[in-house]
Amino acid sequence: MASSDGVEDCNAIDPGVFLDPTDGRLWLTYGSYFGYIRLVELDPKTGMRINPNDQPRDLAINCEASDMMYHDGWYYLLATHGSCCRGSDSGYNIRLGRARKVTGPFLDAMGVDMIQGGGKLLIGSGGRVVGAGHFGLLDLGDGVQKFSMHWETDFDRGGASVLDIRPLLWKDGWPVAGDNAREGTYEIESLRTGTALELAVEGVPVGGRRTGRGGAGAGRGGQSGPGGAPQAGGPAGRGGMGGGMFGGQGSPIPTQDVAEVSANWPAGKLDARMSNYLCQAQQKWAITAVPNAGGYPGSPYFKIAVAGTDRALAATEDAELVVLPAFTGGAEQLWRFDQLADGSWRIMPKTIPNAKTPLALSAVGSSFATLAKFDPASDKQRWLLKTP
Amino acid sequence: MVTLRHLLLPAPVVLAGTALLAIAAGGGQARGPAASQTTPVSVNPGRGHAPTLTAPATPSKAPGADGFIQRWLLLEPIPANGLTESAVQTAVTKEYFPNQFTVVPHDGDKVTVGGTELTWHAVDTNNYNVNLYHFAYALSRPTSDVLFWAVTIVNCPQEVPKVRLAIGSNAASVWWVNGQEVIGVYNDRQTVIDDGVSKRLTLKMGPNIVRAAIVNGGGATDFCARFLDAEDTPLKGFTVSLVDATK
Repeated sequence: MASSDGVEDCNAIDPGVFLDPTDGRLWLTYGSYFGYIRLVELDPKTGMRINPNDQPRDLAINCEASDMMYHDGWYYLLATHGSCCRGSDSGYNIRLGRARKVTGPFLDAMGVDMIQGGGKLLIGSGGRVVGAGHFGLLDLGDGVQKFSMHWETDFDRGGASVLDIRPLLWKDGWPVAGDNAREGTYEIESLRTGTALELAVEGVPVGGRRTGRGGAGAGRGGQSGPGGAPQAGGPAGRGGMGGGMFGGQGSPIPTQDVAEVSANWPAGKLDARMSNYLCQAQQKWAITAVPNAGGYPGSPYFKIAVAGTDRALAATEDAELVVLPAFTGGAEQLWRFDQLADGSWRIMPKTIPNAKTPLALSAVGSSFATLAKFDPASDKQRWLLKTP
Repeated sequence: MVTLRHLLLPAPVVLAGTALLAIAAGGGQARGPAASQTTPVSVNPGRGHAPTLTAPATPSKAPGADGFIQRWLLLEPIPANGLTESAVQTAVTKEYFPNQFTVVPHDGDKVTVGGTELTWHAVDTNNYNVNLYHFAYALSRPTSDVLFWAVTIVNCPQEVPKVRLAIGSNAASVWWVNGQEVIGVYNDRQTVIDDGVSKRLTLKMGPNIVRAAIVNGGGATDFCARFLDAEDTPLKGFTVSLVDATK
C-alpha cells in the first residue's frame, strides 16, 4: 500500500486507517519523524491502493503515529510529537489539527499548519505517567468515544511503557482528553435536575437541627407564613444559633459524622432517591474499584456505597435501584462509569437481573433515580461527580 | 353547615376579582391568616370563594393537557406538626377516622377528628395544581400546620403497565396508588412538577384509587399529580371520577 526507499522525505511506518463516514472512501495516513506524514487512498473493498500511481499527499511534519477521525463536519489529523523511547525523558505528546477536507490543510487552534509543525495538544504527561503517544479512536456508539494510546513511562509500574484508554470529550469543536473514573467520595448529581443521589433516609442538618420558630425556612422567601416577617438577628439562643439566624455559632461546624447519623438509619434494603444536596452523610458516595471483577475500556468496575458504610447501590430485577445493607460482589452491584463528550458521566450497572438490554442510571423528575435505556440526546442519564 | 359546594362556583365559570384573597393560581406568596390555628374552629361563611376551585359538573373529567389530574375529593384539614420524614410518616399513618386508607368518600361526607367535624368536598381545577390554601381559607379552616387528605379515582380503559405517579407538593406529602404507598417527599418544599416520582407500577383496567396526604407547615400549600408512561411522557388516556362506577 505504501513504502519508502530510505532516502525520500518519509518513513513508511505507523499506519492509520480512516473510513470517511460522509462518502465511504478509505484512506491511509503513515509516516514518522523522517519527513512527512502522508495520505493515500485505499480501495474499501480490497484495502489496496485505489490508484497506486497517485502521489501521496504530505499532511504534516515532525511527528509520527498519525491517525484521522471525523466529527461534526471536520476532519481531524492526530499525530504524536516529541521523542519516544527515553523512559521518563520521553517528550512524546499527542497533537492535532483539523480541516474541512480529508486532504487538508490541517490547522491547529492557532491556525498553524501541521505541515509546518503545528498541532493543538490533546494529551501530554501528567500525574504518574510520561510520554503520551499513538492515538487510536474507539467509538463505542451512543455518543461514547474513547481513545487508545500508550505512555512511554508509568512510574507506578517501574517505568514500563503501558497502554491506556481514555475518554474523548469535545469542546468548541476540538477533542479533549477526558479522565477515567477515579476512586473517591463524591456527590453524584444529576445534570438534568441538579439534585443529588441519596440513600432514602431522614437527613439530619449538618451541625444539628435548629430549634425554635426562627428555624429552617421561616421568615424568608416563599417559605414564610403569610404576613410573617423575617426573624433575622433574634436573641441569642433563638433558632439554636448564638449569633442569631444568620450569625453562625462562632466556630467551624464539622463534617457530619456518618457513624453517628447512620446509627439511626433503618437496617436492611433501602431505597435510593434524589434530593437537594445539603452536604449530609447519606448524600455522599464512595466509589471504589473492585478487584478481579472485570472491567470495560479504560476502567475496572466500581462499587458505589454510602461513604463510610458498606451500604451498596445495586440494580434490581425490575430496573430500579436499591441500596443493600452490604456489598456482596454481585454483578448488579458493580458499576461502570463512562465519561461522555461533555464531561458528564454515564453510570451503568454491569448487569441487571433478567434484563436483556443494558440500562443506565437515569433521573426521573426531580427526586427519583431509576434505570433506563441510555439516550445520548437526553440529559436524564448524565451525571456529575462532584467533590463533596 | 356551609360546605365548599356553597362557596364554589359552578363549572366552568370562575368569577375573577371577587376573592377576598390575592393569591396567585400557582399557590405563591399568600396573604391571609398569619398564625397557625391548632384548635378547632367553626366554619365561618363569608370568606368568599376559592378562586381556583369549582364544583364538578360532569360525571368524569379527562386529565389536563399535560396530564395533570384536576378532580379530587378533599377533606378539610386536620392539625399536624412537623415536616421531617419521621414526623410526616407518623402523621399520615395515624388513623384519624375509620377506613381512612380505603375510603372513597362522597362529596359532603363527614368525619369527626379530635372532636371536630370535617367534611369531604369534591373539587375541580383548571390549573395543573390544586390550591389547598384557597380550599381551606374559603372554609375558614387553618392553612398552617395541617394535613389534607385527597382522594381521586383514575379510570383506565385498559391495563397500563410501567407507569409512574409523578407529583409535586407544598409541602411534604405521601401518596398511595391502590393502597400501596408509592411516593413520600418530605421537608419544607414548594410544588415542583414531577418532584416526587414513584417506581414503575401498573394501572388496572377500570378504577384505580389515588390517595394523598399533604402536610403543610406555614404559608402556601398546594399539590399536583399526573402519571408518566414508560417513556416518561404524561399519560392522558384515562378519565378521573369521584365515584367508583363498579360499585
